[in-house]
Formats: sequence, structure tokens, C-alpha cells
Amino acid sequence: MADLKYDKKTGRLLFTKQMKREYTILMPNMAPIHFKMLKNVFVHYGYKAELLETTGPEIAQTGLKYVHNDTCYPALLVIGQFIHALQSGKYDVHKTALMITQTGGGCRASNYIFLLRKALKKAGFEFVPVISLSFGMEKNPGFSLSIPLIRRFVGGLVYGDQLMLLANQIKPYEVNKGETMALVNTWSDRLADMLIEGKGYTLEEIDETLHKLTKDFSKIPVNRVPKVKVGIVGEIYVKYSKMANNGLEDFLAEQDCEVCVPGLMGFASFKVDNRIEDYKMFGGNRLKYEFCKALLDYVTKLETLMVEAAKRFNFVPPHQYAHTKELVKGVIGYGSKMGEGWLLTAEMIELADTGYENIVCTQPFGCLPNHINGKGAIRKIKEIRPNANIVTIDYDPGAPKVNQENRIKLMLAVGREELQKKLAAEGEKKEDKADA
Amino acid sequence: MRLGLDIGSTTIKCVVLDEDNKLIYSTYERHYSQITDKIAELLDRVRREIDGADKALVALSGSAGMGVAQDCGIDFVQEVYATRVAANTFIPGTDVVIELGGEDAKILFLTNGLEVRMNGTCAGGTGAFIDQMATLLNVPLEEMDDLAKQYEKTYTIASRCGVFAKTDIQPLLNQGARKSDIAESIFNAVVSQTVAGLAQGREIEGQIVYLGGPLTFMSELRNCFDRTLGTKGICPENSLYYVACGAALCAEQPIDFDAVIEAVKNYHGSGNFAFNQPLFISKGEYESFCLRHSKADVKQKELKGYKGRAYIGMDAGSTTVKGVVLNSDGEMLYSKYLPSKGNPVEIIKAFLEEVYAINPDLDVASSAVTGYGEDIIRNAFDVDYGIVETIAHFTAAKYFMPDVEFIIDIGGQDIKCFKIHNGAIDNIFLNEACSSGCGSFLQTFANALGYGIEEFSKLGLFAKRPVDLGSRCTVFMNSSVKQAQKDGATIEDISAGLSLSVVKNALYKVIRASSPDELGKKIVVQGGTFLNDAVLRAFEMEMGVEVVRPNIAGLMGAYGAALYSMKKSKGTGRSSLADAQALRDFVHEIKVTNCGLCNNNCRLTVNSFGGGRKFIAGNRCERPITKKAPATGMNMYEYKLRLLETYRPVEGLRGKLGIPMGLNMFELYPFWYRFFTELKFEVVHSPFSNRKLYQRGQQTIPSDTVCFPAKLMHGHVQTLIDEGIETIFYPCLSYNFDEHLGDNHYNCPVVAYYPEVIRNNMKDVKKVNFIKEYFGIHRPKDFPKKAYERLSFYFPDITLNEVRVAAKKAYEEQELYRAKVQAKGEEIIRKAEHEGKKIFVLAGRPYHIDPEINHGIDKLIAGFDVAIVSEDVVSSRVDRFHTGVLNQWTYHSRLYAAAKYVTTRKDMELIQLVSFGCGVDAITTDEVREILEEKNKIYTQIKIDEITNLGAVKIRIRSLLAAIDND
Repeated sequence: MADLKYDKKTGRLLFTKQMKREYTILMPNMAPIHFKMLKNVFVHYGYKAELLETTGPEIAQTGLKYVHNDTCYPALLVIGQFIHALQSGKYDVHKTALMITQTGGGCRASNYIFLLRKALKKAGFEFVPVISLSFGMEKNPGFSLSIPLIRRFVGGLVYGDQLMLLANQIKPYEVNKGETMALVNTWSDRLADMLIEGKGYTLEEIDETLHKLTKDFSKIPVNRVPKVKVGIVGEIYVKYSKMANNGLEDFLAEQDCEVCVPGLMGFASFKVDNRIEDYKMFGGNRLKYEFCKALLDYVTKLETLMVEAAKRFNFVPPHQYAHTKELVKGVIGYGSKMGEGWLLTAEMIELADTGYENIVCTQPFGCLPNHINGKGAIRKIKEIRPNANIVTIDYDPGAPKVNQENRIKLMLAVGREELQKKLAAEGEKKEDKADA
Repeated sequence: MRLGLDIGSTTIKCVVLDEDNKLIYSTYERHYSQITDKIAELLDRVRREIDGADKALVALSGSAGMGVAQDCGIDFVQEVYATRVAANTFIPGTDVVIELGGEDAKILFLTNGLEVRMNGTCAGGTGAFIDQMATLLNVPLEEMDDLAKQYEKTYTIASRCGVFAKTDIQPLLNQGARKSDIAESIFNAVVSQTVAGLAQGREIEGQIVYLGGPLTFMSELRNCFDRTLGTKGICPENSLYYVACGAALCAEQPIDFDAVIEAVKNYHGSGNFAFNQPLFISKGEYESFCLRHSKADVKQKELKGYKGRAYIGMDAGSTTVKGVVLNSDGEMLYSKYLPSKGNPVEIIKAFLEEVYAINPDLDVASSAVTGYGEDIIRNAFDVDYGIVETIAHFTAAKYFMPDVEFIIDIGGQDIKCFKIHNGAIDNIFLNEACSSGCGSFLQTFANALGYGIEEFSKLGLFAKRPVDLGSRCTVFMNSSVKQAQKDGATIEDISAGLSLSVVKNALYKVIRASSPDELGKKIVVQGGTFLNDAVLRAFEMEMGVEVVRPNIAGLMGAYGAALYSMKKSKGTGRSSLADAQALRDFVHEIKVTNCGLCNNNCRLTVNSFGGGRKFIAGNRCERPITKKAPATGMNMYEYKLRLLETYRPVEGLRGKLGIPMGLNMFELYPFWYRFFTELKFEVVHSPFSNRKLYQRGQQTIPSDTVCFPAKLMHGHVQTLIDEGIETIFYPCLSYNFDEHLGDNHYNCPVVAYYPEVIRNNMKDVKKVNFIKEYFGIHRPKDFPKKAYERLSFYFPDITLNEVRVAAKKAYEEQELYRAKVQAKGEEIIRKAEHEGKKIFVLAGRPYHIDPEINHGIDKLIAGFDVAIVSEDVVSSRVDRFHTGVLNQWTYHSRLYAAAKYVTTRKDMELIQLVSFGCGVDAITTDEVREILEEKNKIYTQIKIDEITNLGAVKIRIRSLLAAIDND
């Protein structure tokens, strides 16, 4: 066990250099494809990182025991999962650290790390250090985010997004069951290995890899029958995490739908852009503004590579941040930045525009920013995009799956009806043409 | 021929349609959760009774049938979709369908853009809700409708969920309100819930059709809808069967009846559900458990012929009434435990009559009453003492365990827990209106499943796999139970699971404990719910400790009251309690009237008991009783309201500019007022909130779980528009002023961005110039330029220079406002110090001064002769310090600072006001509690919502005062 050192000002337990050598860092697994790669970026930098793969009702139960029950569901799950892991006996708790993200925004999520520390104290683990994965909110001698690390990290996001995008567009139509997921696994292993070796993160490498990857996926034989297309948006954890959304994507697959989940890159761009918008709106530090602009430019370049690769092989390309942002003008102001902010609204509009007009808007019960950008914006979206067919679903430890699925089924029933209408109309058109 | 089944949460419907879609067979039955048996039975019956049914196309609908359908080879149709198909077929031209079911409420907009709405996970106002309310009123469901028709007045009842409504109705019953008025009020609550919760800004107009059980059977409920919507809807023939008919219409394939019936009968769901350890493994284990608990008992003596002095204690609880007669040794001469049946006065009268009948010469030395009905009973029967419940329970618990450390009482509707420190109540936990996992909750479930409560809870004792149901509210629980049943849980498993969930609710939601150490080792459990062995066992298992349950666990309040009266009377004197003669002359008349003495205009229930004795209920202050206005000099909340009124509109060249008076405007009004007045606008604000104002905007609220203060904004903006204001200013503010108390100075997301919601959901804002731009008041230097950029879009003639001057004045005005508040605060504190009064820091948000939001809690507390200051008065008295949470919201930083300051003063206590649905307060409450408790201060939290039951608030305040007095 390493010496426990505390921050002089705040009394916070620090993650020291010694700990970096000796400790295993546990990370929550929000989006499996992405996080596997992100984890490996840390491994490349000499951290012993491990993703938590545990699921099951005990996790929420543990969360409920140690966290205020009215706190948002993602906090209950993430903290529950950490404590559950520490209590499992699987880890040497004196050689384990935890890592959690902290965006510093105005919603409750910035407080998860504090709630986690409170919970650790309650559970008797106050000696377990917690690392904040953030831009300079809490500093630790044994952990730092260097520019090269961030570039590799962003590389991981790019690959994760592209894999998710391709899998979603192919899997429902694949001729040989299981082929898509097998390829996803092959590629994510390959990419993860690349990142562990510290490769694959420069613009050129990314361009090349995206091309190969997308090409590989384009070779999977498919049978394109018309299916109901569903977009998923929402609070970021609930949107991606199977544990939080009761296997939403699997359920939609069972219902014979094609799913589109807007990627993490959009969210990353959004968070960077918030600082730019804040500067424009209220004034502030010019240097920070320039830095964020440069960062956003870089991210935009990567995005372009993804879009081009997708287009080259006739896939529906991912959303482009600048375009998505344009769509929300006149609906919600760019100042609405807490949580998923205006991006959530914008993604719904964009989904409606790109054929995924059936939308599940997921949120933890009582999610504050969602009152504004989710539920609060749907009326307006329906006004400007009458084709949008949106259902909002609340997730929390007590919300029964059957009610959630029932509501989604209602949305799907309407979606199917619209699809039939569309097909019938197309059929008629074809007949007309034939007659002519 | 087509066959449709509709499996709802409580009933099952089956129809057969002929080739012309004519209904040739229909049945509607309760299924008592025996879903599969019932489906099999119905299918078999229809096949035998209807010729050709075995060749019919079949489909099934209804949420409770989803899993069964899929696994047994019947096509499933989503029920709202089915309704839509049926409505379009049978009543073409329908614009809106309103359908209420057992647990669902739905609105379908069929024309002008199809939209379908279902109630979310947190929503009552359905059939099950009316069921529950009927039980509470103790009238058969069928009579509710007739009762409601005879209404004279209506009360406002929370429409969010059943648990809330219950807390509103119970006091009304206890105060003697007429059942017919309550029945009508319940119907109105259902309407309000449906309209506010589901319409979400879309107007309900055109041809309206009512469907589903409640709307079919209750014509008065339909009338309530008609009145609210200003229209006349129709309830068609076969209104119960629309979902089933829709399923039939969607049916596409015939089924093999034999195979399906067989499959349904053998259906066991997934068999997978989360479960806990059994409560008892063996009979022997149970017996030794019973033996251990039989030791804590009170000796029973004969009342008949008793010659000594007697002490009578009564507990008029929310759902039950308890009475005891003790001898001078504290032994039990007589006791009674009865359901209150909505009228505690009658029950107490009968109890006393019985006592006097058994022993006509009884020498009553003293008496005391406690519980919800304390005031009315005390007035009606001249009871000697009235004491707050917490003290009553503590007194009783001490009798069994003099060194008790923790008392937990789970009653019919309340959970009360208190920590005892140095022989005094140190900390009180009461359940909030939402987390009511109490006795009546178990009872409701038992009844719904067709059992009596005792029989039902016994079933769980030896359950092999008690279902893990979590610790959520009743509405969630209903669905969880059904899901578990579908997954193969037995009735035994469910019974045990429910007992466990009651315990978990108390431990994790109310007390928020994570280990037994937090409660101490010496625990007394009481309240009727703990007489249930399954609950008691679950508690001991969950906490890993052995506790004491007195054999009179259900009578502890009354027992404590009697002991209290014994102690107080010191064995001398005679009780003033009504004697046998007084009971014979007893009359009880109830009149409902409006107070009219101030603008609250409370609805009063006046009870007269003959001999000029009167009891008034429903009042928020003492004014209707004393006819005097409450003193306002020592109430900061009152002062702030008055101060806001001093910012009077000044006519200006640029015309009127309206500001909605809600959320952060309660504090920032001086700033914007001065800013725009300087810019030559006539600045007006919407009036302070009231019920009517709220209802004006209610239909446009998109999220039913957002906090009430935010919901009120819709009414404020609507009012401004209705008053003809053409420019409305309601800015978005990500950041608030930086008061240097925390790490950042955000507003919470709702306060920051609610203008976006208003703009996107209120159709009338299109009629006006609605300015919801983003401003950065936290950066005074940049503010003028940025504000100028924003405003010049709307007012091209404004110059940057004008804005600069106005901004400077605005910041000064805000400073001045703050100084005034500070000065007044200091004056109150000095005066209180001088007079030796307690000072209560009523800590909340600026908008908690809104009387419609705080429901007069400030006045109620002031009525206890204490001084009230707000959090911002004392928050500036401490230096910045490190908190255990990220301290990033301006308003919330004040809470931590105020708490910190309060710990330094003996004469100050802090009460935190929390709005229901405030996510941020999930973080602040724990932190404020920690700050206070670290220095041995008592933490008191009051959760407020649309409607708040001041009775519960009173208990808290009185308990707090009693606890401080004990110091």
C-alpha cells in the first residue's frame, strides 16, 4: 500500500506517482466499444486500467444504499458499480483507485465525484483515491492529461463512433447472422492493440484506418429490406449504457428496427464549443477561447475523415457537428449548455432529417437539463419536423422495464404505420412510372 | 370473425367482432393478477359459446399481456394504437380520445398531427388512484360517483400521484370536511392530472371521446372533464371495449386454440427475478423469534371495577385511531385500535362512551391526545393535553427501554424515526410526501390481490424467494409487482418482498442509513406496521440487529400520551375530559366557508361542538381564530415580499416591459427593474402567484416532474400576455452573481434555461415580443456591451451609452437591495437576541418567498414565536470553506454557508425548504445535514410541492422546538 497523501488546501486524497506504479485504476464502462479503446490509451501510458464489466440488480441496490436516492440514475449506477467492485473481494482495495469523469458543467453530473467520495466514506473505503478525468478540475501528481494522450483518446472516440455507426447500419440487414458483430470484435481488438502500442492516432493514420475499416464492413453481405429506423438520444450515460437503459438497443433489434445512436464525438465537440460560446456570449479569457477553437478545428478535421469514409462506401454518414449546430437555431439558444444541452435537441432534429424520425429520448428520472432540452423541446421539434415520432423514456432503479417497452412499442406501432404508408406511396409511384 | 383481448392492470376484456365489425360478444372481468388463468379460461369460454370463434383472427393488447402474448403465439397490439384503430373505425371524426384505465391515463390526438400521450412513470390520477381514494373515504367505489354529484364546494387536492393526494385528503377528513366535497375534489384532481400531465401544451378541443372503466362508470367524472375542457365529450357504447376491439381489428391471423390455451396455462414467464434471502428458513426459527419478541409487554389489568386514578391517552392518526386507559402504574386497563374511517371525532366519542360504560365511576385524573387529529379531538372533548406525536412516541419507547437510542415508527401513512441523544430527541426523520411505503401501502396491495392484510403478510413468512422490489413509491411498485408475477414470483414471494420494501424504504429513503451503526444498538420499533412479523423480521435482517417491539406497538402514540398526561398532572387534580354526560349532549356540526381575512382566502372547515366550542381547520395562520393579523416584524420572508412591492412601474417612452415574477426574478427583479426603467421602459411584473394564476398556464407544462416553482412560470407569462403586455423579458442566465462562497456560480439548469421551455411550449408567446436572450450578469465589465448587442436586435434605437448607464444603475440597485435585506436581517437578529427569542434560518431559494410555493410555512413558523431570517442574511457571515460536494451553484453555496454559521450559534436553528423534484437538492440536503450534524445541530427538512400538508410541517416544527427545549 502506498502512502496516502492529501491535498493541502482541500484535504482531498491524492493519486500519487507511487500509486500510478502500484494501483489498478477501475473505470466505469459506459459505451463498451469506445471505452475498451480509451482504457488502452491509459495502458499505453503506463496506468493499470481496468473496465468494470459487472451488471445485475445488485449494482443499483448498492448505489441506493450509499447515494442519496433522489440523485440521478447514472450516479447511482456508476457509484454502485464501484462500491460493489470494491466489496467483491476481487481487488486489493489498498491497491485500487477509481476514475470518473467530471465536466464541470452546471448540472449535477459534476458532483458525481464528490458523491462517490461520500459513498466511499460511508462504505469504509475512504483510503481509495478517486481520479477526476477532467480538464484541470482536480489535479493529481500521479495522473495527467498530456496533449498526446488527449490525441490518442480522441482517436479512440473516432474509431468507437465509426464502429458503432457501421454496426448499426449493417447488423439488422446482414445475411449471415452474427457476421457484423464478429467483425466489430475483430476490429475493436485490432484498434485496441494499436492504441496500446501508441499508434493509430495521427490524422494520416486515422484516415487510413477508417478507410480500411469502413471498407471491411462494406463487404458484409446484406439484404436491405425496409425497416423502421429509430434514433436514440438522451442523457449520455443512459443513452449508451445497456445497464442503465435496460438493453434498449437489443430490444429495438428484437423489434426488427435499425438503430442510430449519435456518437460521442458530437458530445466532445459540444463540450469544447461551450467554452467558445461562453466567450462569445459573456466575454472572458481570449487565450482559452483560441485554444478551444483550435481543438474544435482539430475535432472537425477528424469528423470530416469519418464522414468521407462513410460516404465512400455508401453508408449514412455520421452527423457533422457544425451542421447539427446549425439545425437548432431558433429552437434553443447555444447558451443552454448544461448536461447534453442544446445538442440533445439538435440531434433529434438531425435524426428526423436523416431518416431516423422515430426517436427514443432517454433520460434519468428527474434529469434537470432534460426538462429543458428533451421534454421541453419536443413540442417545438414536432412543429418544425412534423415527421418526428418521439417517445421520452425515464430510467431509474424503480422504473419497470415492461412500462418502458410498452411506451416504445407505441412509438414503433406509429413508426411502422408510417413506413407502410411510405412504401405504398413509393409502390404507386413505381406503378405510375411503369404505366407511363 | 375477429377476436380481441385486452389485458389491463386490473381487468381483462374480451370481444368478438363479426364480418361487419359488429360487436357480437363482450366480457369485462377483474383478473386479480391471475392473468394467465384468466386468458386461458376466456379463450376456452369464447370458443365454446360462439360459433366459429375457433376460426377467428386473434390479437391481444394491454400492457399486462405483453410478455404472455409473445411467448404463447398470439399477435400483440400496443394498446394505445389499438384504441386509435377502434376510434377511427367506430367514431370517425373523433379529434381527441381520453382514456383512463386501471393504472394508465392516455390522451390521443387523432386529427391535425397524430400524437399519443401516456402517463409517465410518476403519475397517479387513474382508476387505481380513485380506488385508493374510495378506500380512504371508506365508501364503495360505486358510491363515489353519487357522492361527488352532491358536492357543494371543492378543495384543491394534489394531482401528481396517489400518495400526495392522500396526504391532502387525510387532513381534510380529520378536519371534518364533507365526503361529497372530497369525492368531487378527487375527480377534479384526476382531471387536472390528465390535462396538465398529458396535454403538454396541446389544446384538447373538437370531438372528444371518453373511454375506459372510470370514465364509463362515473358520469360525474365525465362532467368534471367537460367543465374543465369547456366542451361536451361523448362516452360511446362499448366504451370499455375499445382496446379489445382495436386489437380485434388489427388481428391478422387465426390461432390454434388448443395449443395457445395450453401454452398460456403453462406460461411461467422468465422465472428470473431478483430476490432476497427468505425471512425464515424453518418454523422453529420463527417460533424462537416470536418468543423473543413476546418479552416486551405491558401488563393488562381489568378496567371494570377499577377504583384508582386513571389516565387516558388517545392517538388520532392518519388512518387509525388509538385509545388507551392506564392505571397509575402504567398498566393497561383498556385499549382500542380502530380505523378512523375518515371521522376521528365519532370514533373517539364511541371509545370514551365504551370506557364509561364499562366503568361508570372511573376517576379520570388526566388525559392527552396526539396525532393528526390532535387539535380537533382536543377541542371536541376538552382533552387536558395535546402533544406532538414525536414526544408521545418517545415517552412510550422510554418505558420499554430507558436508554433507547433510536425509535422507528411505521404507521398507516407515516414513518417517524428519531435518534435519541443524551435523553433528548436529537434528530427526526419523517417520510416525505412521495416515499410513502407504509402500512396503508401494504394494505392496499393485500386488498388488490384479494387478501386481508394479516393473512397476506403471514403468507410471506416462509417465502422461498422474496422478490426484490426496491424502495420506490406505490405507483412504481404496482408495476414491479406485476412484472414479478409475470416472471413467476408466487404470492408468498411478493408478500415477503413487499414487507422488505417497506423496510428498505424507511431505511434508505427516509433515514438514509447505510449501516446499523448509524442508528445505534438500542432500537425500539413501533407503529401498527411492525405488528406484522414479516416487516419486523425484514427490518432485523436488513439492519443485522435485534430490536425491541413492544406488544402494544400499534398503541404507542396513545400509550405515550397517557404516560405524558400522568407525568404532567403529577397525580393531583381532575381531568377536564368530557364525561359521560357531556358525551350525551355532544353535537358536531360542520360548515365550510372561506376565510376572507387576507388574500390567501383559505378554505375553512368550521366544526362546532355545542356549548360554543369551535374548531377551525384549513387555515394557514391564526387570524380566523384570533381575528388578528400575524405579527410580521420578525419574518424575513414577509419583508422580502413587501420589499419587492416597492419597485413600482414608472411610465417610460419605450412602453411597457413585463417580467414574470418567479424563480430567480424574486431576487433579480431590482436589477432588471432598474436596468429597464433607466432605459425608459415601464417595467411591470406579473402578480405574486396564486392557484388561479398557476392554472392559467398549467396546460402548457411539458415535463410533469419539473419542480413546482418552474411550473408556475407558465402561469406568470400567460398572465402577462393576458394583461396585454406586448414585450416580455425573461432572460436565460447560465451564471448568477459570484458571491465568492463556492467553486463556481452557476444557476441550476432549470433556473438558467426555463425561458427556453416557455418559448417552446407556450403558444401565446408568439403573440408578443418575448425576449429570452442569454445575459452574463456575472461579468459586470462585459455586461453592457454584450447586453447592448442582444437588445439592439429588439430595440434598434437603444444606444450603447444608454445601456452602460443603465447597467451601472442596475448593479447599484441590486447592491442596494442586498444591503436592505442585510440590514433588515441584522435588525431581526438583534431584536431576537434582545428578546431572547430563537432564530430560525429558513433556508431555501429566493423563490421560496412566493406564498404559493411556501404555502405560508414562514407564517406558520412565525406563529411559534420565533424570528425568521433567510439563508442569504447569514451566509455572508462566514468565510469561504471547503465543502464535501462541488460547491458550484450561487444559491446553494448560501445554504452551506448558512448552515456553517448556524452551527456557531446556540440560538439559531436551520430549516431547509426543498422543492419536490429539485435534483440539485439531492446533493445539498445531505451536505447541509452533514455540516449541521457535525456540530450536533438538528437538521430539519421540509419538502414542498404544489400542495403541501401543513399538518406534517407543524409536527416537524413542534418536534424541533420540543427537542431544542430539551437541551
